[in-house]
Amino acid sequence: MDQLLIAGKAYSSRLLVGTGKYKSFEQTRAAVEASGANIVTVAIRRTNIGQNPNEPSLLDALPPSRFTILPNTAGCYSAQDAVRTLRLARELLDGHSLVKLEVLGDPQTLYPNVVETLSAAETLVKEGFQVMVYTSDDPIIAKQLEQIGCVAVMPLASLIGSGMGILNPWNLEIIIGAAKVPVLVDAGVGTASDAAIAMELGCDGVLMNTAIAAANDPVLMASAMRKAVEAGREAYLAGRMPKKLYSASPSSPTGGVIGPAKDKAA
Amino acid sequence: MICLTVNGEPRRFEAPLTAAQLIASLQLGGKRVALERNGEIVPRGRFDQQQLADGDRLEIVVAVGGG
Repeated sequence: MDQLLIAGKAYSSRLLVGTGKYKSFEQTRAAVEASGANIVTVAIRRTNIGQNPNEPSLLDALPPSRFTILPNTAGCYSAQDAVRTLRLARELLDGHSLVKLEVLGDPQTLYPNVVETLSAAETLVKEGFQVMVYTSDDPIIAKQLEQIGCVAVMPLASLIGSGMGILNPWNLEIIIGAAKVPVLVDAGVGTASDAAIAMELGCDGVLMNTAIAAANDPVLMASAMRKAVEAGREAYLAGRMPKKLYSASPSSPTGGVIGPAKDKAA
Repeated sequence: MICLTVNGEPRRFEAPLTAAQLIASLQLGGKRVALERNGEIVPRGRFDQQQLADGDRLEIVVAVGGG
């Protein structure tokens, strides 16, 4: 069976989904179910003190017993904040060490700060975290993050929340070709074809949130993304035909065509 | 009287208290939360023993939706 292997653990789905921007926990849960994802990301935030103590929590809707919860460092702009956030996440999730590191560099574009990301990755790996790391599509940085000991490298397709799709497939190909750990496209996927293209390029998986949550019908889009990731993966494994400008080899037989042009002389 | 900073906001308490008592006073007892005190994690199993001191900075976090 074709499974995604991350840090020695096998997952049947190559689609990882975020849980932000949904209207309700019910919708979050329905979309996650429709996506077929095994791994779901969550953010770590201060509690709202004074709120209704009986308010349901995200982890009631998505129990860690059923899903692999991947805490992220969204909103962190320094290595120090990212490391603190994930230490809290590990405590929150009973010692769970698989995490998503992202350190941003600019609040407008949400472009990653790779210098801080490298620094945080070093600390986290030393502390025993299994780090899936969000980064730019720079092949050198991707390789350095792998060498530090990150268990998966996750370059952007385009900027977070932009839905612009894969802007630099060539860089992704270089990253994939050089990587010895799984490469997942994280951020920028806008619709199903983007996810399929990522998988056809040879990505091991795709992580997305807004493409599903901001669709008119998130649950239906989650289903579309599931199929797109599966289709793209199968196409990659099948090996596509070579591209050429034209072909002198039609799909139907060249002989046996009716008509006088084919008749033999008497 | 001691003063703590909880999630960035100052809070006053009549008497010294433990982490567990703080969590309970904020109606977070039984919730899945994680606690940081002055930059260091306080494991959940130690909430009962962890005494809080005047001027402590505490962060109490939960998991929320995110990508």
